[in-house]
Amino acid sequence: MSSLPALFGVLVFTFLLMRVLPGDPAVFFASGPNAGKEEVELIRKQLGLNKSIPEQLTLYLYDVGRGNLGRSMMTGQLVTKDLRERLPASLELTFTALLIALVSAVPLGVIAALKPGSIIDHSVRLFCALGVCVPTFVSGLLLIYVFYYLLGLAPDPTGRIDVFTSMPPSRTGFLMIDFLIAGDIDGWWAAFKQLILPALSMALFVIAPLARITRASMLVSLGSDFVRTARSVGLSWRHVVVTYALRNAILPVITIAGIVFSTMLGANVLVEKVFSWPGVASYALDALLSSDYAPVQGFVLLMASLFVLVNLAVDVCYGIADPRVTIE
Amino acid sequence: MTEPLLKIDNLHISFSTRRGVVEAVRGVTLSVQEGEMLGLVGESGSGKSVTGFATTRLLDAAGRVTAGKILFRGQDVTKLSGDDIRHLRGAAMSMIFQNPRSALNPIRAIGTQIADAILTHKRISKNEAYAEALELLRAVQIRDPERRMAAYPHELSGGMCQRVMIAIAISCNPVLLIADEPTTGLDVTTQKVVMDLLAAIAAARGMATILITHDLGLATRYCRRIVVMEQGRLVEEAAPKRLFNAPQHAYTKRLVAASPTASSRIDDLVTEEERGPYVEACRKPKPPPAPGTPPLLVVHRLVKRFDQGAAAVADFSMTIAAGESVGLVGESGSGKSTTSRMICRLIDPSEGDIVFDGQAIGHVPARDFHRSPFRKDIHMVFQDPNESLNPRFTAFDCIAHPLMRLGNLRGGDALRQRVEECAQRVGLPADLLPRFPHQLSGGQKARVGIARAIACRPRLLVLDEPTAALDVSVQAVVLQLLDRLRREDDIALLFVSHDLNVVRMLCERTIVLRNGAIVEQGESRALFDNPKTDYTRELVEAIPHIEIETRLATAAL
Amino acid sequence: MTAALRHSMWILRGNPLTGIAATGVLLLVLVAIFGPWIVPYDPIASNVPEALLPPSAAHIAGTDQLGRDVFSRLIVATRLDLAIAVSAVSMSFVLGAIIGSFCGYAGGRLDRTVGRFVDVMMAFPLFVLAMAMVAALGNRVENIVIATAVINLPFYIRFARAEVNVRRNLGWVEAARACGESHISVVLRFLLPNILPAMAVQISLNLGWAILNAAGLSFIGLGVKPPTPEWGIMVAEGARFISTGKWWLVAFPGLALMLAVLCFNLLGDGMRDILDPRMRT
Repeated sequence: MSSLPALFGVLVFTFLLMRVLPGDPAVFFASGPNAGKEEVELIRKQLGLNKSIPEQLTLYLYDVGRGNLGRSMMTGQLVTKDLRERLPASLELTFTALLIALVSAVPLGVIAALKPGSIIDHSVRLFCALGVCVPTFVSGLLLIYVFYYLLGLAPDPTGRIDVFTSMPPSRTGFLMIDFLIAGDIDGWWAAFKQLILPALSMALFVIAPLARITRASMLVSLGSDFVRTARSVGLSWRHVVVTYALRNAILPVITIAGIVFSTMLGANVLVEKVFSWPGVASYALDALLSSDYAPVQGFVLLMASLFVLVNLAVDVCYGIADPRVTIE
Repeated sequence: MTEPLLKIDNLHISFSTRRGVVEAVRGVTLSVQEGEMLGLVGESGSGKSVTGFATTRLLDAAGRVTAGKILFRGQDVTKLSGDDIRHLRGAAMSMIFQNPRSALNPIRAIGTQIADAILTHKRISKNEAYAEALELLRAVQIRDPERRMAAYPHELSGGMCQRVMIAIAISCNPVLLIADEPTTGLDVTTQKVVMDLLAAIAAARGMATILITHDLGLATRYCRRIVVMEQGRLVEEAAPKRLFNAPQHAYTKRLVAASPTASSRIDDLVTEEERGPYVEACRKPKPPPAPGTPPLLVVHRLVKRFDQGAAAVADFSMTIAAGESVGLVGESGSGKSTTSRMICRLIDPSEGDIVFDGQAIGHVPARDFHRSPFRKDIHMVFQDPNESLNPRFTAFDCIAHPLMRLGNLRGGDALRQRVEECAQRVGLPADLLPRFPHQLSGGQKARVGIARAIACRPRLLVLDEPTAALDVSVQAVVLQLLDRLRREDDIALLFVSHDLNVVRMLCERTIVLRNGAIVEQGESRALFDNPKTDYTRELVEAIPHIEIETRLATAAL
Repeated sequence: MTAALRHSMWILRGNPLTGIAATGVLLLVLVAIFGPWIVPYDPIASNVPEALLPPSAAHIAGTDQLGRDVFSRLIVATRLDLAIAVSAVSMSFVLGAIIGSFCGYAGGRLDRTVGRFVDVMMAFPLFVLAMAMVAALGNRVENIVIATAVINLPFYIRFARAEVNVRRNLGWVEAARACGESHISVVLRFLLPNILPAMAVQISLNLGWAILNAAGLSFIGLGVKPPTPEWGIMVAEGARFISTGKWWLVAFPGLALMLAVLCFNLLGDGMRDILDPRMRT
């Protein structure tokens, strides 16, 4: 719950950043650079920009409290509506990437730690060293080049679904699930092919930190006194590695997984731009570049809320995994 | 004589390290009979633990048996397959480790950990295993065992954790138990309880035990036969009595001399050549202070609370006369370190006065005390010599630091001269002065720490367990040095320690502290010979002494 | 000093990768300084007839949509990318080390509050934060530096805090006080120099991260503006042509980014090994 004050902090912070600092949005939304003073004043009034800063903040907080994040100038829709429509796309992408990353990173880290100094260990370390160096936007573009242009395996890298497939009836907003519910296997496959490249490029970037921390904490675990104790009474190799070493080693991985998820929320901006993914990040980015700040605020606020939820989930997982921690 | 249970024959073990191959054990031969308790005694680096780990094949990956045999019931352990050795471990031989808290899995209930061990070797149901685990907890005298079954290690004290460790080790009735420093790090009173328990269990179940320890006193108390190791070699093997009465090897002689007994004096601890040239001059007894002389330090009703919690120190009062030595004794958590830091004006007391040489200094905030004229009169020697020297300072810089800050020496020849003089007084060769701490041995680092503390000729020296991290032979030399310096400079000493033997030898008066309050105080000899409170008696009795008559016999030889 | 040099040489022999990384970093710095004088072509002037040529002997990394030599642009971009990363990291290092070590030394409630705040901040999607800051402060290169510095700051605070925390109760720190040093001088003259080697590791690892962040920001169109050569922007411009197979526009700036980050990371890891072989991961 320690992250709740952070949520409020982010709220005030985004507000201040957007309103106090230079860059007058009223001028931007006026008809053109030659717009008259009156026109600018009018827009200013419409946006509530003529009130004092504390007043604006109070109004803003009041609006946020009622679930009103304002209206986007770009789409002309309520920001909450836009975000709600686009959030599932971002979440589906992020969760898939996290799943890919965890499923590949944890075994890699464990195998490397079990045989330190072996060829496997060295290849894992090399892979990790390279993995953190390639920015997501570069790896995404290179994946497009190889799988779309060279091999022709992947579909046109724009959007969640190609133009020939019709959207399934929306239940969860996650296409992978909605297509399954609708029983449309072809649609599922089409959506999967769209999803896999962006998810992969995002996962590639975070496999490295996850594998590294798994390997490191597994090494610490394997060298610890309690593993020696377990070996000293003759427990089987499996029992020692899985029940004693791995269960302890997974604790730091949980913490890092939380941070990694957070990083991926940020990396969404890059990946969604590369793959024209209709998620919240690309929406916020477009708004940002046109000084439409209600969507940006809404986006940052959404990220902050997600981040509070993620931290809560991490705390709960940690509390379950480690009896030394008590959840308040 | 029957075939011994364990026979180690000409064992060699080496470790590959960054600096090349290091031989840790070089040709050890020993044997253990069934049901016997053997003491394996040595200082750090003697290879005693490595020998123990080799027996159960639990050496680090870097360690390797290069030659020799370890015959356990006729089988060579070093040649067994991984599976075979796993069947032996726990079922036939098991180990008890130092640091019981870290030796237990922190996220697994202790009952489950014991059951894990049982289920590995016995074909019984889970419920039966848990029932056996409960019995074992009873056997190691854990109170309220039903409830403790579900407890995690962090919910138990260090002594309790060690009992659980014993329960795990004996769960499948092994015939050989290897206890590696089982009580190091525990409080004195807990030490005795745990060792008594271990000895009783081993005797009741007829288990042979190898007690690996650095403490000669502990080994003599519990073992019939003792093996002494030095630098990977076995130097002597004898019954405790013979070892003390007539040690054969030069190292054993030094070790026996350095191990404090109930009646030894500081000078007995070291041999003639280690004592140095100053000894005779300082032997003369100190004249009693003239009546009416005010004491050097008066501490009045000192209280320290941290963060609104319970008081770490409650209502502590004491005095020290000039040149007097006072011991402050207590177990961990007794508040002795906090008290010493308040007196040294490194932290502020919550209440109470500290009067030094007639001037109240307790009200000067610790953060401003560095400007006080008394800063140079009160100095401190810190616990672990490895951590008490700035890793970026040479020995010279360390000793020069107080001289430059407090002694108004700005450098040049005068400073060099003073530093060299200090080094000489603590017996530190001048050619070691340009070295950094990691290039010095533990004893040398301790000397640098002492040289730094006496450089400005303080009138009160606070010593916080200055020898706790040192080997016993080094401790002897350091104690002797401290005693000599006190007599030469007429420094008052406040000696903080958990080691009662050391306090008894070094200090004229002793204060016993428990939970932040004084339990008992008085003249050292009287206090130790005839303790008035139960707590002090318990402490005194828990010291692993070597019996007085053996000592007297040595004197007669 | 020669002893230290010998020691370093001995370490490098056992770990040649660190030596290679150190050489790489040195090379990067040299290229950043002398880049504009050694490039074969003008990095800004367009030459449309030679647009979008694949790599050849004349243009070893090909040309872009305006016919500019990609290799020349890469070389010239080094200075800007390094400058952003170095200035951001040094700002956050200086501030973070000082705040962190004083908090870690003081302990108590203030320390706990700062610690909590830093932990929360680190778990926040920092790239989003940086994005919002650049957007709000204004779309300029200086603001990229500030944003990168701010999102790096919590790492340094936390690191310095932890390093000082484990040392503040050590004998030699208390001994310094017994020798008459004030709290401030203990922190500045004793603790800070002692944690510097460990901080150097952090700086090296962080520089790589800062480069990636800055490139990411300019990739999405913040900060640096075309036609200024910068690795992130070059990737962004090349992205439009990837579906038509013009791989060199993305691959070479990507490679430059990767090599720069790799060098800093390997150097950091190597230094960590030198300081503490047990930390090897």
